[in-house]
Amino acid sequence: MKTGKLTLALTKGRILKETLPLLARAGVEPLEDMSKSRKLVFPTTRDDVQLVVMRGVDVPVYVRHGAADLGVVGKDTLLEQGSEGVYEPLDLGIAPCRLMTAAPLGFDWPARRLRVATKFVNVARDYFARRGVQVELIKLYGAMELAPAMQLADMIVDIVDTGNTLRANAMEPLDEIARVTSRLIVNKASLRSHHGAINHLIDAIAAAVPDARGPN
Amino acid sequence: MEKQSPARAWQLPDGIDELLPDAAAQVEHLRRSLLDCASRWGYRLVTPPMVEFTDSLLVGVGEDLDLLTFKVPDQLTGRMLGLRADMTPQVARMDAHSLHGDQVNRLCYAGSTLHTRSGSLAASRSPLQLGAELYGAKGLSADIEVIALMLSMLDVAGVEIGQDLTLDLGHGDIFKHVLAASGAADAGIESAIFDALQRKSRPDLERLLDQLPASSSAGLRALIDMHGDLEVLDRAEAELADAAPQIRESLKELRALSTALQTRYPDVSLYVDLAELRGYRYHTGVVFAVYTRGLGEALARGGRYDNVGEVYGRARPATGFATDLRLLAAQLTSKEASRDAIAAPDLEDENLQEAVRALRHAGETVIVMLDGETDSRCSREMTKIDGQWQPRLRRGSLGGEG
Repeated sequence: MKTGKLTLALTKGRILKETLPLLARAGVEPLEDMSKSRKLVFPTTRDDVQLVVMRGVDVPVYVRHGAADLGVVGKDTLLEQGSEGVYEPLDLGIAPCRLMTAAPLGFDWPARRLRVATKFVNVARDYFARRGVQVELIKLYGAMELAPAMQLADMIVDIVDTGNTLRANAMEPLDEIARVTSRLIVNKASLRSHHGAINHLIDAIAAAVPDARGPN
Repeated sequence: MEKQSPARAWQLPDGIDELLPDAAAQVEHLRRSLLDCASRWGYRLVTPPMVEFTDSLLVGVGEDLDLLTFKVPDQLTGRMLGLRADMTPQVARMDAHSLHGDQVNRLCYAGSTLHTRSGSLAASRSPLQLGAELYGAKGLSADIEVIALMLSMLDVAGVEIGQDLTLDLGHGDIFKHVLAASGAADAGIESAIFDALQRKSRPDLERLLDQLPASSSAGLRALIDMHGDLEVLDRAEAELADAAPQIRESLKELRALSTALQTRYPDVSLYVDLAELRGYRYHTGVVFAVYTRGLGEALARGGRYDNVGEVYGRARPATGFATDLRLLAAQLTSKEASRDAIAAPDLEDENLQEAVRALRHAGETVIVMLDGETDSRCSREMTKIDGQWQPRLRRGSLGGEG
């Protein structure tokens, strides 16, 4: 079991690039260039904080089980997995994007049951259920835009950033399900056993976020 | 579906586990020693049934358990039966209905429960619940007694009552009063606020509270930060009590409780969380939980739930706690299986059998060796010396090695 040291799990990719300047302003910097290293665990300028890097979907799992004390992860992942077992005290305001429905240009609602391709099956089920629509969900792991083109699905639910990928595949965004930014999450037991150190870190990171409330 | 191949006949459902001999011995030892501990505090054992009508299982303390409860229709009555997912509502029913009189009842229980899905990630779908409940006593002394019993049980279990342990304190009434003062119920955002507070998500809470007048939402805004050392109680008094004066009484209770606990258990670190809302629908007073470092689940938790008995016919003050023996056992270093059994030869010899009977009666473990069997638990063997069968250290066995 870890002792004393706080472990912060980061989402690799775009979120990582935007997280590091924020952490630097909060006084936590990795001792080596994370983008050039193949390591997964990084000591930092604070000897009581270490960083680990992983895919976003794994961050809440590490934090929930207490394998990491804190984590940075997109709200889309939290919406999909549920927030059980973790606190999410801060909106970091970084990596903003939107969780949306999208369909081919000139989309016509089919007479049969709507088929929706997504990796966010829980979010999609809940979204359509709230609108009283029974849908058939198709879980995919990537390239959602391919599904309507190949007649696998009528509609998709996905993260939309610039919308360029949709346009390139003759699709258009329809409804916004949620606005997504990255959140700081905390293991419930860690907050209890280390509330001094963790609250300090949360405050420092909150102070480093330009607008701690993120986009409205 | 593909037909299950016989090669997979060993497979157990997700979240359902079995205990092999060493673990089973440890859990059973734990169960006995914790129930013995409760018994020494005057708590009497009750055995609630495996199944009950959902009408009685899912009211009062049980109302959050609907989705967790396995249900089958009763073929005798057509009514719905539930396999217990939590024994607390059963014990509350027994106190309110099956036991008569207004005296204080101290009850304890242990048994398997069943969940349709894991209550949390690490959790089994079949927790071995053990708990103690105190009915008919209103005052803070009752809350102190059950917390003291809980800590005493953890001590008996071998959990070190030291710095890795945190005792969480909260109060079931504070959120209710602050929420009522905010007018959020009229705005229809009560459950969204509950959800944001449970996740301690300040940004989500702020967005919700923007719908309320700033003056009335200040309390909820402050509540989300009300966790930490005992100084939280002073902050709550300063920031919440003007908007919701009723919470002064709750804060006073928490102060008195924490003072009493600090005097008795100076080593236990106390943590106050006034926004921890688990079970807030039925908790009416002090709530508590014990956490250990690295485990997201509480080792044991409980609190006051007065008047739950009303749905069973009799409102009664009530407080108590429960733990999961499997979860608890998993935190303990497993004890080495004892290796002082005695091997006896498989002989039709009356003197031998008499000697074996006497040894077993005296509490020794004697294992008859069948068909040239050897058993590593045996450090001694029955040996005939001067016509008398006696246990002797096994040849080639040095002090307990099998």
